[in-house]
Amino acid sequence: MSAVAGMTFADLKSGMSARVIAVDENCLDSRRLQEMGFTVGTQFSVVKVAPMGDPIEILVRGYRICLRKNECHCIQIESVG
Amino acid sequence: MSLHPDRVGRLKLASHLVIVAGNPNAGKTTLFNSLTGSTQKVANYPGVTVESVEGQYTFAGESIRCVDVPGLYSLKAASEDERVATDVILGRQEGKPELVVYVLDATNLERNLFLFTQIAESQVPMVIALTMPDRLQARGKTVDLERLQSELGVPVVSVVAHEDRKLESLKQAISDALRDKPIPAIDFGLPEGMQSTIRKLSERLARIGVDASQAEIRRNLYEPPELFQRFLEDFPEIAEPFTEARNRLEAEDLLRPSVDVTSRYEWSAKIQSLVLRDAAKPAKVISITDRLDKVLTHRFWGLTIFVLVMYGVFQSIYTVAAPMMAGIEDVFGRLQDAIRPMVSQNEILESFIIDGLIAGVGGMLVFLPQILILFFFIAVLEGSGYLARAAFLMDRLLGWCGLNGRAFIPFLSSYACAIPGIMAARVMPDSKSRLATILVAPLMSCSARLPVYVLLIGTFIEPQYGAFWAGFSLFAMHLLGLVVAIPVVYVLNRKMLKARRLPFVLELPPYQWPKWRDIWLTLVNRGKVFVKTAGTIIVFMSILIWAAASFPRFSPADPVAEAAKFGVAEERAEQWVQEKQLENSILGRFGKAIEPVFIPAGFDWRITTAILSAFPARETIVPSLGIIFSLGGEVDESSGDLQSAMKKATWPDGRPLFTVWTAVGLMVFFALCAQCMATLATVKRETNSWKWAVFMFCYMTALAYVGAVAVNYLGKLFGA
Ligand SMILES: Nc1nc2c(ncn2[C@@H]2O[C@H](COP(=O)(O)OP(=O)(O)O)[C@@H](O)[C@H]2O)c(=O)[nH]1
Ligand SMILES: [Mg+2]
Repeated sequence: MSAVAGMTFADLKSGMSARVIAVDENCLDSRRLQEMGFTVGTQFSVVKVAPMGDPIEILVRGYRICLRKNECHCIQIESVG
Repeated sequence: MSLHPDRVGRLKLASHLVIVAGNPNAGKTTLFNSLTGSTQKVANYPGVTVESVEGQYTFAGESIRCVDVPGLYSLKAASEDERVATDVILGRQEGKPELVVYVLDATNLERNLFLFTQIAESQVPMVIALTMPDRLQARGKTVDLERLQSELGVPVVSVVAHEDRKLESLKQAISDALRDKPIPAIDFGLPEGMQSTIRKLSERLARIGVDASQAEIRRNLYEPPELFQRFLEDFPEIAEPFTEARNRLEAEDLLRPSVDVTSRYEWSAKIQSLVLRDAAKPAKVISITDRLDKVLTHRFWGLTIFVLVMYGVFQSIYTVAAPMMAGIEDVFGRLQDAIRPMVSQNEILESFIIDGLIAGVGGMLVFLPQILILFFFIAVLEGSGYLARAAFLMDRLLGWCGLNGRAFIPFLSSYACAIPGIMAARVMPDSKSRLATILVAPLMSCSARLPVYVLLIGTFIEPQYGAFWAGFSLFAMHLLGLVVAIPVVYVLNRKMLKARRLPFVLELPPYQWPKWRDIWLTLVNRGKVFVKTAGTIIVFMSILIWAAASFPRFSPADPVAEAAKFGVAEERAEQWVQEKQLENSILGRFGKAIEPVFIPAGFDWRITTAILSAFPARETIVPSLGIIFSLGGEVDESSGDLQSAMKKATWPDGRPLFTVWTAVGLMVFFALCAQCMATLATVKRETNSWKWAVFMFCYMTALAYVGAVAVNYLGKLFGA
């Protein structure tokens, strides 16, 4: 299965699973997102999406966190499964 | 009375200081409440809007002071709250803490252990309180405490924070740890290249007599470039070895934060897999929370229920608070009546006690019902987990202008009253958005503006234009603040608070029944904070305004004769004296002096003085207008006398003082101005500085003035 190159959080839909493939370290938010557990290789899934499309709730490293799609643009992902 | 051993202990022993730290939502406050109960004191950390809560308990004759530190995700502090928490944990505030009680959420071990690795490096004595074991159990898992303890190197006590009984073992562990000082293990499997560089730097520093722990060294080495630069400037004597080490890490590609973060997470994941055990009971496939969320965050049902819940909350703030507020006013009215005879021998003393002091205290306490009711609902919504869902639903709506989903609570509350609204900005997760919310919350049209609208609409709009336009104006006045607030927030965020915003994070905790004890402590703390700090300022300012309106005295020996000189009939003499008093007072003179400023808005000195005297609280403009138009202060917004007096009032050249446009201008002025010192006092309390209160007053007054002038100008353009 080939990954869609350059996928970001904006492409996530409810129920999808994805993996972090790259983190742009020049981006200011990247450190915080990594500290929340989104390090390269980490798999996560989308639990739900808010009615107006943002934020989205994500299950990562056994806990759930809501993030805004456009605030995660420094993380590149690929879909899995 | 016997001297209980605990008492003796408290008297004799210096108390120990223990801090309760951990990730947001790990259960710190609940644990802290269980430990310290009603001994809590709320204060601000110096210079910031972040609150500290301190409490104490006595165990085995020892008095232990505890601090509930704001939650944080990382010691690489990213927000003001985190910076404060980091400073407390690393002992930059008042010396190293004697003991950190690290609150570790059993259902979220990986992320909680990540922060543990950072705190552990500072090598403070530590005890771990493992919270939420009950929730983990419900998922069919348990934690192997012995194994966790041996991996982390410090005592671990499992607690369900609401069951006080079990806290005995935590208190015991805390007391033991204060004696034994267990220091956490710090082998987190960081890359060898990194460790050896740091070790070598540490040795090199030791040789030149600098004693720094490896953790400290690493923290500084891994600062972002600009902070690292500042660090070098602060400590020029060690700049060279540090720069060399950093260059070496850079060359080996070990300087990226991701290397550090990833290796810590790898370690956390390893520990988690070592200590998590399957419990006998199988996990529920789909939890109650998920089932409830299917409805409560649903596109249609979720939003519908949200609107209903909010409607219910704010409806009850009005309906439940109204009789309580009336009760408080009634009690203070009686108090005034009861005390008046005792002080009536001295007119100034009477006025001070009755109109200054008692009215001031009453005018402050009258805010309490709304504050307490609102915080009751906030505590229930927060404790049950619904508040987070509401923020989840609303985030998109409020997020684009730099706020976030949680701002709806302070905004909606401000429609009842800005005081609880501003206090409710506490639900905002970071200090930047908290400040932005506080600064615009008073633009929402609070219920104290209503009498002003009713008076002016009832006098100048309804009789002339009918009920439709009356209703429309009332609605427009309520919308105005919100419409103005949006660009204001936008500008504030872009221009003034433009320091970098963190990515928004929100956790949706499992639903549960709110805990009465935690709700109760919230109410007690909020009530105390308001009365003690904001309340004191409010009473003080009330007295100042009273003085400005009461001095110099105008009290002719024979009011009737004096009034007759000016052609005032006997039965109106008393009201006439009141008017002259206000006109002659500092406030009245000031009003006259600044009349030219308000002429462009179409306000004369009488309206200006009424505006000034309404500074303590907007709604007092109605009695002030009563006094100024010689009717006495006993009028209300539907008083026919006041309405006709205002219609008859003229400029010296005989033009009518009030046109429809003047009335609308005055309403716009009141909709936007900051004529409410209770609000300013609360802003001072909540932002911990007069700076923001003054800023708010200035920007709102400027907006109000511009608004009123614009309306007057439009009036001139289109004719009355
Ligand atoms: N089931 C369960 N819930 C807990 C426990 N400790 C805290 N909570 C709940 O978790 C939520 C967050 O707790 P809180 O103390 O406010 O977390 P803080 O952000 O760390 O101060 C609250 O609703 C608590 O009632 C626990 O041991 N078991
Ligand atoms: Mg807390």
